[in-house]
Amino acid sequence: MNVLRKFSLARLVAMLVKEFTQMRRDKLTFGMMLGIPLMQLILFGFVINADPKHLATAVLLADQGPQGRTMLSAIRNSGYFDFVKVLQTEMEAEEALARGEVQFVVNIPAAFSRDLLRGDRPAILVEADATDPAATGNALGALRVLVRDALQHDLKGPLAALAGVDGPIELRIHPRYNPEAITQYNIIPGLMGVILTMTMIMITGLAITRERERGTMENLLSMPTRPLEVLAGKIIPYILVGYIQVGVILVAGYFLFGVPITGNVPLLFLAAFVFIVANLAMGITFSTIARNQLQAMQMAFFVFLPSILLSGFMFPFRGMPVWAQYLGEILPITHFLRIVRGIMLKGNGYAEVIHDLWPIALFGLVALVIAVKRYRRTLD
Amino acid sequence: MPEVTIDVRGMTKRFGHLTAVDQIDLQVCAGEICGFLGPNGSGKTTFIRMLCGLLRADAGSGRCLGYDVIRESEQIKRQVGYMTQRFSYYEDLSIIENLDFVARMYQVKNRRAAVAASLEKLGLSERRNQLAGNLSGGWKQRLALAACMIHEPKLLLLDEPTAGVDPKARRDFWEQIHQLAAAGLTCLIATHYMDEAERCHRLAYIGYGKLLTQGTVAEVIAHANLTTWEVTGPRLVELAERLRSAAGVQQAVAFGNTLHVSGDDAGALRRAIQPLRVAPYQWRETDSSLEDVFIHLMDQLPDNARS
Repeated sequence: MNVLRKFSLARLVAMLVKEFTQMRRDKLTFGMMLGIPLMQLILFGFVINADPKHLATAVLLADQGPQGRTMLSAIRNSGYFDFVKVLQTEMEAEEALARGEVQFVVNIPAAFSRDLLRGDRPAILVEADATDPAATGNALGALRVLVRDALQHDLKGPLAALAGVDGPIELRIHPRYNPEAITQYNIIPGLMGVILTMTMIMITGLAITRERERGTMENLLSMPTRPLEVLAGKIIPYILVGYIQVGVILVAGYFLFGVPITGNVPLLFLAAFVFIVANLAMGITFSTIARNQLQAMQMAFFVFLPSILLSGFMFPFRGMPVWAQYLGEILPITHFLRIVRGIMLKGNGYAEVIHDLWPIALFGLVALVIAVKRYRRTLD
Repeated sequence: MPEVTIDVRGMTKRFGHLTAVDQIDLQVCAGEICGFLGPNGSGKTTFIRMLCGLLRADAGSGRCLGYDVIRESEQIKRQVGYMTQRFSYYEDLSIIENLDFVARMYQVKNRRAAVAASLEKLGLSERRNQLAGNLSGGWKQRLALAACMIHEPKLLLLDEPTAGVDPKARRDFWEQIHQLAAAGLTCLIATHYMDEAERCHRLAYIGYGKLLTQGTVAEVIAHANLTTWEVTGPRLVELAERLRSAAGVQQAVAFGNTLHVSGDDAGALRRAIQPLRVAPYQWRETDSSLEDVFIHLMDQLPDNARS
């Protein structure tokens, strides 16, 4: 009762008027309140697919007979496999998988048709990039079914006997890189990308805005400094912090979660350098655009969401619609995830890594150029 | 003829529709302390920021420390010490760390010695490891002064350096400024305090972006051509009310138990107060103070110039 009597409607109205006025002034926050739900709706509604289809597949077709082609069209018709590449050699298949260009390689050996008609039960070899068990699971399940049924139309009449008990064809699946389908093998290297993205963007995002908010920017600008000196000075300390994070994740991943490190660790550290700098540069760019620390944080949040959802960290990259994949390709984390997983799980070397390293470097460079251009040397 | 440190003409700065600084000419000689006065929002800070390259001037030309004030702001920055209105050093660094940072920024030779000397000179030695954020206003101001002088600038631009500082600290501060000026340092000091204005060699008064008057204290007062009467007696507030509406009276301001009545037409003022020169009021003509002059200048500005 006492509480109610002290409650003043007039004062509540005063608070409301003030809050609404402030909300109207802070357009970015208001935009975020509309933008974030829209972004989440689009990402979760259209992009996220727990049953990824149309996965990039390469074909190694050595067989000349009609049954080999029948098999391939059956595989394509399942909807899980998109044939994006025709390969000639086993070497090429190896490379395409290592680079992550394709999720699967379907290998139909020479004399497949002949052996089939002879009743020799020929084998189809499917190599799968199983680093992300979620990406391949359903596709491989569908494959097992369709291989048994695909040739039913062809194997009629006198050939019916070939169908046999086990089916006319043997399906050999090689789940590469993570044969036991251990989720951690995929998640832990991925976390390295996510953690670096979040912390690095945030820390430099606040760097310039903090100076501006605390009033120290005026002083800094009155000194004879060059933009690059200030920006580099704000970036370099956090490269060290980034490396500490990389170290912690590697050690914990290896000893705590048993994630293998099959590739070259120095190469990983080199790639991490480029990635860390690119993220720091992105953060500092936000910092030069945002008017205060809150705005910088909001901008950073706008990058976190796609970084987690579109990069292939949480959901299979190849399972997303093509336009979403293009968006994902812009983000440094998408490329870094391929690099880390490639080095740790696939044992990738310099030749594979460089394909994903230059987009990160380019991104960082563009961000840095924008930051230097945007960095105001006066208070205008 | 002494060397001229600041010699600028037609300095103008616009923010949208507002002309914050409007065609200001200013000359300050080496070793001179120039007081920069004017009401809030009159453009003092904007003008100072243009001098040290923090804001780009929309128009104007001239030289500062021998460099082109528009094109060579990088060179000017190296020789200017700028003390901002608001404390703008790092609150999460200690005194010595702040000084060391600034010394490095200006590439001061014999940095350690320079920092130590600066601490010593300003009496900050014992507090060197205290965080700047924990200092009181007066000590912050000392630190800011030490920091903006560590590279031995030839020109000090001080933007209301003594706001919120106690009288003793203010006196110490001015003592220092005079010593430095005697050694050849030029100072441009923005201030609101009349007692501080009186300590300057020369004054420049700006209102709503325009330079209204400049010269020594005596010159500024003489130039205003103001006559002031001092009156004592009972119920001065009512008297002031009556006087303000009288023709010829431009100001009637209470100073403790006296009232200062001023106008720039001596005859009209005399006629206006004539009917009131009766007991118990006691009138006497007095010198106009700097404050009387400044308020007079402010009142004369057209109303549309006020924001």
